[in-house]
Amino acid sequence: MIRFENVTKVYARGARPALDDVSLDVDRGEFVFLVGASGSGKSTFLRLVMREERASAGAVLVAGREMGALPAWRVPKMRRKIGVVFQDFRLLENKTVFENVAFALQVIGRPRHHIVTAVPDVLDMVGLAGKEKRRPHELSGGEQQRVAIARAFVNRPSILLADEPTGNLDPTTSLGIMRLLDRINRTGTTVVMATHDDEIVDQMRKRVVELQAGAMVRDQAHGVYGSDR
Amino acid sequence: MRLRYILSEMGVGLRRNLSMTISVIIVTFFSLVFVGTALLMRAEVQQIEKDWYGRIEITVFLCPKDSLEPTCAAGAVTEEQKADIVAALDAPEVAPLVKEVYFESQDEAFASFQNRFGEESWAKEMKVDDWFSTYRIKLADPQQYEAVADVVTGRPGVERVEDYRDKLKSVYSTLDKAKWLTFGFAVLMLLAAGLLIATTIRLSLLFRRREIGIMRLVGASNWLVQAPFLLEGAVAAVVGALLAVGVLWLGVRQVVTGWLEKNVSSVQFITTVDVWGIAPLLVGGALALAVVSSLFNLNRYTKV
Repeated sequence: MIRFENVTKVYARGARPALDDVSLDVDRGEFVFLVGASGSGKSTFLRLVMREERASAGAVLVAGREMGALPAWRVPKMRRKIGVVFQDFRLLENKTVFENVAFALQVIGRPRHHIVTAVPDVLDMVGLAGKEKRRPHELSGGEQQRVAIARAFVNRPSILLADEPTGNLDPTTSLGIMRLLDRINRTGTTVVMATHDDEIVDQMRKRVVELQAGAMVRDQAHGVYGSDR
Repeated sequence: MRLRYILSEMGVGLRRNLSMTISVIIVTFFSLVFVGTALLMRAEVQQIEKDWYGRIEITVFLCPKDSLEPTCAAGAVTEEQKADIVAALDAPEVAPLVKEVYFESQDEAFASFQNRFGEESWAKEMKVDDWFSTYRIKLADPQQYEAVADVVTGRPGVERVEDYRDKLKSVYSTLDKAKWLTFGFAVLMLLAAGLLIATTIRLSLLFRRREIGIMRLVGASNWLVQAPFLLEGAVAAVVGALLAVGVLWLGVRQVVTGWLEKNVSSVQFITTVDVWGIAPLLVGGALALAVVSSLFNLNRYTKV
């Protein structure tokens, strides 16, 4: 589903590469934790998959397409196959829960009759049924993240990227979010989650890819957060 | 769905940015009033030219009995001198420029005068000798007037040569200067309008950078991201243009048709029809200005 072939990303000429010769394969339906200290290249990895950045060297393939070679006008179509969730939720404060999720479908031109069924479905799935009319500031952090996940998943993408989705949440709430991501993964969606949260990684026992200063230092099935433990 | 989305987003943008929207409308309005005025002045100049060319006719006044002009020192014009003038106009380098030459004798001029004004008391004192014999020259190409006038001016037997150009020259050149001045203002104002639209769009983009970010993430197409902003600028500019057309129309009706035409009869004036002629130009220009200045920003700030 996602394939990195000797990918190097250098932001500024002469600077240390953010990603250094990384090769990696993520299969359809896999759940992968991307771990490593701040600045180790996790976010760059996700940005390359999104084609928010282009690789300086090597090839990034998503669903068989090389993202670097994709012309700009094709990028939006490609992004519809990828859902993204962030640490800071990125919800629109002036819209209700329903509108926030519906927004993602509206702006890609989905018909109204599709929106009025798809949005309640996904809100039900993330456990927010009955809160459609709330605004983001009326919700807890965990609930806000559920809205963000609903928005990322409402279009049934084949890939879900999550950049520190539990970074702003307490452990119990984080666990709930992880259960949700696991459920989404079990529908066949490939999930790549960048995280700092060792407890969660250790609990989930999924594939762990560790980056250190841009280089991949570990790729372990059913791994834990720290390799030295 | 998409159209509704675009229109509602545009409405939100226009309202949220109301003071900027109003200033865009005003600046566009003023600059287009200047552009429109300049265009109407050009139309007026063309009108005058056409009118003048239609009327142009060189009148050659031949010497009467007691003229003081040096060319008339020999007394009244002789048959020989007249033949000489006609011959000069027949010369191969002048002949193509001349369409027709009429001769009007003193008696004929007097008769036609008496026909028109004979009953008036002041006309009773006029005598035949108060009139000139004249050659009236119609030109094939009115723009070549000087070449023809030069041939006859200063010949023996010719007292003076006159044409309509002198009478209209001052009106004509004043209008021409005013036209260029107005165009100059218009260019500056248009520049201001363009920059203002660009700033407005940038502000609007800033207000909505969160939405834009999310739209890009979920894969909204570029045109959908940009269309509300483009329309926002375009709507404001077109409103300004329509106001400008309205004001120009009123101006022509009140000032030109309502006042100038009644008080100055020697010149033909433009009418409100001419305003309709330039209206599409103004609205189209405003639209183009808005689109160009928005695209300039949009491409910089909404890249994928």
